[in-house]
Amino acid sequence: MILMQLTCCAVLFPLIGFLFNGLIGRKIKNEGIVAAVGCAAVGAGFVVACIGFFRMLGLPPEQRTLTLDLFPWIVAGGFRADVALQLDQLSVVMMLIVTGVGFLIHVYSAGYMHGDPGFWRFFAYLNLFIFSMLTLILADNFLLMFLGWEGVGLCSYLLIGFWYDRKFEKGTTGDAAKKAFIVNRIGDFGFLTGIFLIYVTFGSLRFQTVFTQAAAMTVGTPVLLWITLALFVGATGKSAQIPLFVWLPDAMAGPTPVSALIHAATMVTAGVYMVARCSVLYALAPVSMGVVASVGAATALFAATVGLVQNDIKKVLAYSTISQLGYMFLALGVGAFSAGIFHVMTHAFFKALLFLGSGAVIHAMHDEQDIRRMGGLGKSLPITYRTFLVGTIAIAGIPPLSGFFSKDEILWQAFSRGSWVLWLAGFAAAGLTALYMFRLVALTFQGEPRWEKGVHPHEAPATMTLPLIVLALLSAVGGFAGIPHSLGGGNAFEQWLEPVFAPAAEKLALSLPQVEIAEYVLMGLSVAVALAGWYLARMWYLKRKEIPGLLVRKLPNAYRVLLNKYYVDELYEGAVVKPAVRGSELLLWKGIDVNVIDRVVNGIAQITAAAGRGLRLTQTGVVQSYVLVFLAGVVLIVGWLLVK
Amino acid sequence: MEQHILSLILFTPLAGALVVALLGRDASRLIKTVGLLFSLVALGLSVWLFLVFDGSRGDMQCIEIIPWIPALNVSYHVGIDGISLLLIVLTTFLTPIALLASWESVTVRLKGYVALMLLLEAGTLGVFMALDLFLFYVFWEFMLIPMYFIIGIWGGQERIYAAVKFFLYTMAGSLLMLVAIIWLGSYAASLPGGAFTTDLLRLYAIAPGIPMGIQIWMFLAFTFSFAIKVPIFPLHTWLPDAHVQAPTAGSVMLAGVLLKMGTYGLIRFCLPLFPYATFRFLPYLAGLGIVGIIYGAFVSMVQPDIKKLVAYSSVSHLGFVVLGIFALTEEGLQGSVIQMINHGLSTGALFLLVGMIYDRRHTRLIKDFGGLAKPMPVYAAFFMIVMLSSIGLPGLNGFVGEFLILLGSFRSSFLGSPWYAIVASTGVILAAVYLLWSYQRIFFGKTEHPEDQALPDLSVREIAVLVPIVLFIVWIGVYPGTFLGKSAASTKQLIHRIEETRRGSFAGASLEPGHEILPGERR
Repeated sequence: MILMQLTCCAVLFPLIGFLFNGLIGRKIKNEGIVAAVGCAAVGAGFVVACIGFFRMLGLPPEQRTLTLDLFPWIVAGGFRADVALQLDQLSVVMMLIVTGVGFLIHVYSAGYMHGDPGFWRFFAYLNLFIFSMLTLILADNFLLMFLGWEGVGLCSYLLIGFWYDRKFEKGTTGDAAKKAFIVNRIGDFGFLTGIFLIYVTFGSLRFQTVFTQAAAMTVGTPVLLWITLALFVGATGKSAQIPLFVWLPDAMAGPTPVSALIHAATMVTAGVYMVARCSVLYALAPVSMGVVASVGAATALFAATVGLVQNDIKKVLAYSTISQLGYMFLALGVGAFSAGIFHVMTHAFFKALLFLGSGAVIHAMHDEQDIRRMGGLGKSLPITYRTFLVGTIAIAGIPPLSGFFSKDEILWQAFSRGSWVLWLAGFAAAGLTALYMFRLVALTFQGEPRWEKGVHPHEAPATMTLPLIVLALLSAVGGFAGIPHSLGGGNAFEQWLEPVFAPAAEKLALSLPQVEIAEYVLMGLSVAVALAGWYLARMWYLKRKEIPGLLVRKLPNAYRVLLNKYYVDELYEGAVVKPAVRGSELLLWKGIDVNVIDRVVNGIAQITAAAGRGLRLTQTGVVQSYVLVFLAGVVLIVGWLLVK
Repeated sequence: MEQHILSLILFTPLAGALVVALLGRDASRLIKTVGLLFSLVALGLSVWLFLVFDGSRGDMQCIEIIPWIPALNVSYHVGIDGISLLLIVLTTFLTPIALLASWESVTVRLKGYVALMLLLEAGTLGVFMALDLFLFYVFWEFMLIPMYFIIGIWGGQERIYAAVKFFLYTMAGSLLMLVAIIWLGSYAASLPGGAFTTDLLRLYAIAPGIPMGIQIWMFLAFTFSFAIKVPIFPLHTWLPDAHVQAPTAGSVMLAGVLLKMGTYGLIRFCLPLFPYATFRFLPYLAGLGIVGIIYGAFVSMVQPDIKKLVAYSSVSHLGFVVLGIFALTEEGLQGSVIQMINHGLSTGALFLLVGMIYDRRHTRLIKDFGGLAKPMPVYAAFFMIVMLSSIGLPGLNGFVGEFLILLGSFRSSFLGSPWYAIVASTGVILAAVYLLWSYQRIFFGKTEHPEDQALPDLSVREIAVLVPIVLFIVWIGVYPGTFLGKSAASTKQLIHRIEETRRGSFAGASLEPGHEILPGERR
């Protein structure tokens, strides 16, 4: 089918863009051409995604899975993995998000990165990222997905360390980049193990083969537990969940468009996509579902508390991202797969918007990121301020903006299919989200200016504000794709994805959604808690500014723990990194290698040499001594003969 | 001509060495050009060999036999299967690159240097072609001599210590192998109607039937010799010294090709000749492979000298190869074969890159660098690609080998437990740790050392040296079928034979009831 050839081109265009800008971008010395190539490569992908979406609408739902085999990749013995693409309802949604939001961020970057000596390099990396991300979501087997998975990790690494000669917090951007790669590798270790287990169990890595076979298995098959847990380890790495979330806050060392594209809207949702893609496997492993839901809920709450006290505008957003990703896993873990993906989409809109907005602020403030030195910026940055506010209302879950619909869907499903504990964690995190986000708005855009005299903040150029406006629109209306039945909608989003998750739903024995009175009550509660968060933020940070200080003085230890992010980094550093480095140097290298093995080897050599020196005395070349020995021998033999 | 193609490839560098030896001492440009030309001819011939080689056959091809020592039935017997084919192409590919890499850095005694490099190539090729154990042994020992001189004459400060250590270590192992070879030949003579032979193909039929008590000792003698070469932990300590002291081209050949002689020997001799002993010892050898992976990675991480870091990373990478071999599955063995090629390319390239910076700064200590990405962006980009290949990033070559090895050992019925593969997989994390950390310290940050600020980026010659390697790094990563396809039938046949042996239906097993000592059956 021609659509699949087009899809293939959509994947290849960014690769071509990467090669173009990577190989000759440095020589071109024209930002216009570099940016045009970079943006066009992604824009073309978006056009293809739209065509794909509308073509799919014209097909009956059961025929909406299309595949294209390109060439065999790794073949050995009985093993085979192909380079082959698969487009279905789930991947087309992801493709729309990645290329759509990706395109906007490319356009924004043309303005944001203007004048940077690495302009060409930036666009090359961004295009490579889009290529990898599209490979990840369009792969038809686990191994090709892993290629995309590692590819996006590489781009994340390259872009976090983009300004490789800059300092970042206590270290450098290089530290942050390396940390991201290595922590993700720990997750990849789990992913790889999962791949091996899948191959051993199913004899194939193709999604269709694996999932068809799995659908015939019974719930609770032990190997599926291990497979899903191993895959989830991979997801915790890429999607920054407890315990592997530590790299994401540091990833803010990268330029802000990178934070928006990779570390908020797209790459970090790869883990969510992967779990959703394997929904059948998870549905067959109830224990794993429980783990996913619990980790998601715990991460949502944990990260939200840290977000409350951070003073770096991007740090707040980073913890917010971790928290929102937690929501997505909470949804997956209770079997609400489409709700999870729905939140992926709305979050991509408003979090990309918020990050790009923060980028405009940082741009205006000449690289200042500390919100304690901002305030009152709404007047100088009217477009940024308004769009940022839209994003904030959306993420806070205040109707009718997009975040309300996706978050409320998750909370309701967590309650009705999970437990009240999961709901409560999500509910509390929702209140905290509103609080820390409106705190951010209050401290950045409202109140009195706190910046120094010499700074003259100015609104960003059109290449930057246009993407903000588009994203603000999407954040505002994006939720209407999934209006729940209880509010008179048809939940079109869920219906669209229904065929993809049908096998999992069957295993979970889910009943059709029923409108209940409890749903309205919970909906009311979550809106109320969001509004309460807003109100508190207004009180504490605009009206009665002495309250936060009082709280800090009342609860100094709690404040310090939150400010230092529960000391998780310090724990890992002390428990893993330092012992590994010191142990390797002192015990393994200077201990075993130099002091044991080499001593033994050199010892053998010395013994041999000593023996050689000893034996040399017998071959001095002095004839007289030879004669002497000869005579002594004769005497001995003759004597022995006589005695005998 | 086609039936003598192996000899042609083998004798081209020998002829080159002879021609170089006849040239005047001061004609340095001519010496280099002639040497390079001969190595390129060998490369061209081996590409032709690659094209005519029939990948659908698992047996030996292009065989040539000429009687040599009739009294002992020793003959000049050469031939290749898919496994040796790939290693031969790797050898002829890396030699011109190594020569080109030392184009400017070697100036003293140039004539001897070029001649020795060509002799080294010939010796290595002979090792990969020989189908007679005696002939194999001759090449095995022969290739020590040029390597010894290359380290000892053109090496660094401690070159004599390193050269002697290299020589003695390897020699210790190979003497045991010689004993085993003679023992093996005498065993053939002791059979009813038998005669002394060192012919590998004939011994393939005889040796598996050797009683377990003797087979174990022969297996250990061969394995010890190969284990030193690989090197398998704890026999690896010659490697860091040899690498650090060797000139760049020496390191490239050492890591790229010479180490593979050890793993190749395990595949060519230990597995098919002594299958029962292999069954007994494979858990330990696979275990040592895993120790190598993890130990090599940790020790590599803390090295202050980049070259030593790369050397220890070889221990780690070769650990994967050993694990894949002793998994005794097609996937694992195919992975090991392609991993040998991968390691030759990526570690060879790493040594080239280290050499390039050493030529500029005359130091290899990581702390002497920093922020090199700014003055040398092209260099930084090449280093990045090669590093990613070494880390095993999917889409580049390293991943293909590591993945197949881990998959093969995960489902190996001989190892019998997925834990080997799971523990070995941590090497995937560790490789990222030691390489990224060193990359960061060398290339990122501010360019603080004043000497670094005005460093010239790579020259056209240096780029020409690296581009072919990078092309293959990508080729094998994206479409490994070109190469895996050549060795598939050979590995399949080897694994098939070993599995038949385990089932007791292999012809060789009926000669002597050796299978009662099978570990699985004993329990």
